[in-house]
Amino acid sequence: MKLSRKWLQEFVDVGPVNDRDFAEAMTLSGSKVEVTEDLGAEISNIVVGRILSMERHPDSDHMWVCQVDVAEGEPVQIVTGAWNVHTGDLVPVAKHNSTLPGGKKITRGKLRGVLSDGMMCGLSELGLDERDFPYAVIEAAALLNDYKPTDPEKPSIPADIHPGHKIYDPVLAAQVLECTPQSDGSFHTCLMLKDATACLDTRLQNIHVGDMVAYNEKTDTICTLADLHAEQKEFPHCIPDGIFVLHEDCKPGDDIRPVIGADDHVVEFEITPNRPDCLSVMGLAREAAVTFRKPLALHEPAVKGGAEGALPELLDVETPDPDLCPRYTARMVRNVKIAPSPKWMRERLRSSGVRPINNIVDITNYVMLEYGQPMHAFDYRYVKGGKIVVRRARDGEELTTLDNNVRQLTSDMLVIADDTRAVGLAGVMGGLNSEIVGDTADVVFESANFEGSCIRKTALALGMRTEASAKFEKGLDILNTLPAVNRACELVELLGAGEVVDGVIDILNYVPQPVTVKFEPAKMNRFLGVEIPEEQQRQTLLDLGFGLEGDVVTVPSWRSDVEHWSDIAEETARFYGYNKIPDTLSSGLGERRGWNRVQQAENTMGALCRAAGYSEIITYSFISPAYYDKICLPADSPLRNSMKILNPLGEDTSIMRTTTLPSMLEILARNYNYRNKSVRLYELGRTYFAKNDGSGMADEPKILSLGAYGGGMDFFTLKGAVESILEGLRITGVHYEAEAENPSYHPGRCARIRRGDTILGVLGQIHPRVADNYGVDCELYTAELHLDAMCQCAGCKPLYCPLPKFPAVTRDISLLCGCDVPVAALEDCIRRGAKGLLKNESLFDIYTGPGVPDGKKSVAFNLELRADDRSLTAEEADEDVKSILELLRDELGAVLR
Amino acid sequence: MKAQLEAIRTGALEAIAGTQAIADLESLRVKYLGKKGELTAVLKQMGRLSAEERPAMGQMANEVRTRLEAAIETQSSLLSQKALETRLKLEALDVTIPGKRQSVGHKHPMYSVLDEMKEIFLNMGFEIMDGPEIEQADYNFTKLNAPENHPSRDWTDTFYLKEDSSVLLRSQTSPMQIRAMETYGVPIRMISAGRVYRKDEVDATHSPMFHQIEGLVVDKGITMADLKGTLNAVIREIYGPETVTRFRPHHFPFTEPSCEVDIQCYKCGGKGCPTCKGEGWIEILGAGMVHPKVLRGCGIDPEEYSGFAFGMGLERLALGQYKISDMRLIFENDIRFLEQF
Repeated sequence: MKLSRKWLQEFVDVGPVNDRDFAEAMTLSGSKVEVTEDLGAEISNIVVGRILSMERHPDSDHMWVCQVDVAEGEPVQIVTGAWNVHTGDLVPVAKHNSTLPGGKKITRGKLRGVLSDGMMCGLSELGLDERDFPYAVIEAAALLNDYKPTDPEKPSIPADIHPGHKIYDPVLAAQVLECTPQSDGSFHTCLMLKDATACLDTRLQNIHVGDMVAYNEKTDTICTLADLHAEQKEFPHCIPDGIFVLHEDCKPGDDIRPVIGADDHVVEFEITPNRPDCLSVMGLAREAAVTFRKPLALHEPAVKGGAEGALPELLDVETPDPDLCPRYTARMVRNVKIAPSPKWMRERLRSSGVRPINNIVDITNYVMLEYGQPMHAFDYRYVKGGKIVVRRARDGEELTTLDNNVRQLTSDMLVIADDTRAVGLAGVMGGLNSEIVGDTADVVFESANFEGSCIRKTALALGMRTEASAKFEKGLDILNTLPAVNRACELVELLGAGEVVDGVIDILNYVPQPVTVKFEPAKMNRFLGVEIPEEQQRQTLLDLGFGLEGDVVTVPSWRSDVEHWSDIAEETARFYGYNKIPDTLSSGLGERRGWNRVQQAENTMGALCRAAGYSEIITYSFISPAYYDKICLPADSPLRNSMKILNPLGEDTSIMRTTTLPSMLEILARNYNYRNKSVRLYELGRTYFAKNDGSGMADEPKILSLGAYGGGMDFFTLKGAVESILEGLRITGVHYEAEAENPSYHPGRCARIRRGDTILGVLGQIHPRVADNYGVDCELYTAELHLDAMCQCAGCKPLYCPLPKFPAVTRDISLLCGCDVPVAALEDCIRRGAKGLLKNESLFDIYTGPGVPDGKKSVAFNLELRADDRSLTAEEADEDVKSILELLRDELGAVLR
Repeated sequence: MKAQLEAIRTGALEAIAGTQAIADLESLRVKYLGKKGELTAVLKQMGRLSAEERPAMGQMANEVRTRLEAAIETQSSLLSQKALETRLKLEALDVTIPGKRQSVGHKHPMYSVLDEMKEIFLNMGFEIMDGPEIEQADYNFTKLNAPENHPSRDWTDTFYLKEDSSVLLRSQTSPMQIRAMETYGVPIRMISAGRVYRKDEVDATHSPMFHQIEGLVVDKGITMADLKGTLNAVIREIYGPETVTRFRPHHFPFTEPSCEVDIQCYKCGGKGCPTCKGEGWIEILGAGMVHPKVLRGCGIDPEEYSGFAFGMGLERLALGQYKISDMRLIFENDIRFLEQF
């Protein structure tokens, strides 16, 4: 919401407060200011000037040298290429060392050798356009002295053409003898034909004494390019552009800013959706008045009326869907004269970010901004049968809206219709078929209250959220329609734009009951932790327009957001000042605090991963269904049974992942593509599986995934990391089993991780085909560990085990066994074979090659044997080793090498 | 004999002082003091001396021995000192050569910030709660007092998993307020952090998945002053003790009164700069007193209990703290990015 401070000033005088302080105060009382803008901030040293004289440039065929009075004693000399200025004109002059809107600097310079002490400005150079100053539209005559024939087919105008020469019947060449600007913006012109003269008034602005023009004898007009069917390039300087000739109440030397309305300051607010009343000048004025503790002077519209006709005979309104149209208020204006609205209104509209169009449309916009009540104006001619029906659209009904789009409507939408057809989309946009046009004579002003969610859904369905719909969807004050329509009629009379018909059509389908809340000042203080005097609380509410009798607060109709004592607390607090509330520390302490067991395990896991060199990543929870193909999941895999997002951003983020593997691979591949040589990553992320309890919700188990490649990464390096992590969580008795069935992993380099019956996860090298699917041609390694299972298996705090008092005996054994015997089986045998002295066994070598028969391998272990109560003898140790070797031989055929 | 001893002393002391190596010194010791050494040889002649001469000569011989032993000792320590110096010189390293590093992984910057936040709240007696990301609309909206037609319920804003809009990806962590109150009742003092989802296209400041942290305190007699005190304490923990805050009224359906909290721009100190978009203030969190309707919906009597709640986006905090220019970096997971933190 953009607020003109000039407009605000009409309702409340906040005193000499600069924009920054104003914004700060309003923000702290609840109306957040986004930005403030001094409309004239960039403009400097631009003043009004009067052209005292004009001479053609001695060295140019199209420039003029002007002497301009800027009230500085000596006139300044300015060279211009514009042809629409005349001696006596008031024009904006950017003097030497001036700045235009947008920051462009103007300095003294020479144009073709002639000094120009600044510049005269056109509309666009001042940041304006023709809608801001409709009278500044420039129409150009076709000046024959500017003619540059381009088309050899077209008859050319001979260089020696003289006044009176016929161009084509009835158009003659004519020399301008006189051209005098008049107060209404037209020019009194005398032309020399061959022997006669012709005098006429014209609005063409580029004519000067001495010019040769094309004169149409029949219509008694001077021809434009269009009249001659000429192209612009044939008359390169006869353009509809030039200097902004001022018709304002100003004099040479005046600062240009107030003249063009650039002396206003605009404050842009971010209004929260619960406060549609603040989407209006009056609403913000009320907030400002209370914020600055200044009186609020609202205006009561007064309409004279008296136009011919009786409203009930002219207009009939029906609201067959009263629930969607709680109130419909309308008035009529006759004998409308469509014209530009006055400068003050255009300026305020422009400051508010609304483009001026014409007086009637501008009035509706003005009232919408001032009252926050959207208005619509129909051309009465096109309201067939003099009847307005506010009804649901028929399914498939079509309406061309003002923006020239054909809209397909449904019965969920509300239209304004006449006897036969829709003429507007209620609360969103008018219909093209009833638009206010240049010859509109009778106008119906609609000021209605529509049901918010209907308007919102309509706007959403049609993709046309408008200023009006944005207001309606928040729920507007039902009591506001009448004052708003009266204000519109008052403005019609003020602008002389038409005559207002007496009476109002006002259908009230819903009578709002005022909301009341108990006034409890002590409770407010307790709740807020402050001590605001009761009188101050009372005054704030009264100033905001609340009623207050005894201890009953009556909420004003425009404050539908207030319904509870906590809302009253907010009103009290925000004008007292949130920042004046003291800082205290609360209780609410309970028994549960600190990290819980799972959170501690998660923290530990993270620390272990990082200690192992892995860095944390965050990946999206949603993935593409195609990712399951990329990791080669079989078509019937239950993991494909993902929960689907019905309105995803795109296919790539359309299902909730049941596995974190594709997320990890995606990130590994991305790093690979970035040519990062060695990568170690981990994520503790959720997967999602639909619950079967009808809640629609999900089990969301977390997976700790590790991913790595490069830097010497291989299966056992990853396995080592996994082992460290599990050990760090004090998970013991973990088994690793060959897993050849997991389709995402290398069938010979994948292990299932198990403890008892609990599967902890999987680790291994990614299947080369899967890696290929990700465009990676190096070995990728990943592990997927289930958080729940790990927490379940995590051991408790360790207990101290006495340090050995007696030395150990060590024995190295080198075993020869079949290639297919897994190390885990050998280890198992070694442990079982020992007779109680074996404390530890560790693998130190595996060898195949010369000296070892084909199909066999040599596996070497270091055995550590020790008794807790004595020093072992070699014989005792050998006894155990012997037993171990026997079991190895019997069970696995493994023998000492 | 005296002359002999004199000669030994002079010759030996000279020889000892001239040695360059411990080994030479040892052979000198043997030469003079050993069993077959020169001094020993002289002492063997003692028998030939007269009883009068003997004590004087004996004393002299002992003096010479002591002297030589001392000289050898001195020279020995001198030489070993020298030898050590030589060795140390040889062993000197170029200490500017980079160290051999144990590669250690890095916590994601987002979670560093989150963990820092969690620690702050834990120290203030909060508990941390975790909850579902696939959530019922009831918890995400209705029980939080969001009106039926609230725009955030639109399919253009929130991801849905059921046609009837009853199940969605939570768009805020606030449903955890409801779950906490329903599960544990009062008093309560908790935070909950995690992933939330909104239908925003990815760009430098948006992501369809991002993180929030939510907090809730409910007890008898909790006031808005408590809200301010708690949040100011937290903010000073995060941004430093000198941080200036500003509480300004705002609107959230589930709190009343509601506020947003700004900190004075740390870059310009409030004058206005590009970091704070010229406002001098940077918005960091939203908060408010728990709406009485919300309390009642959770079976808590708002006439007896009151509370406050707050929530903040973590990405913006992380981006701000580490001066990360683009949110996409957070989810891109380029190792070169991660290793910076």
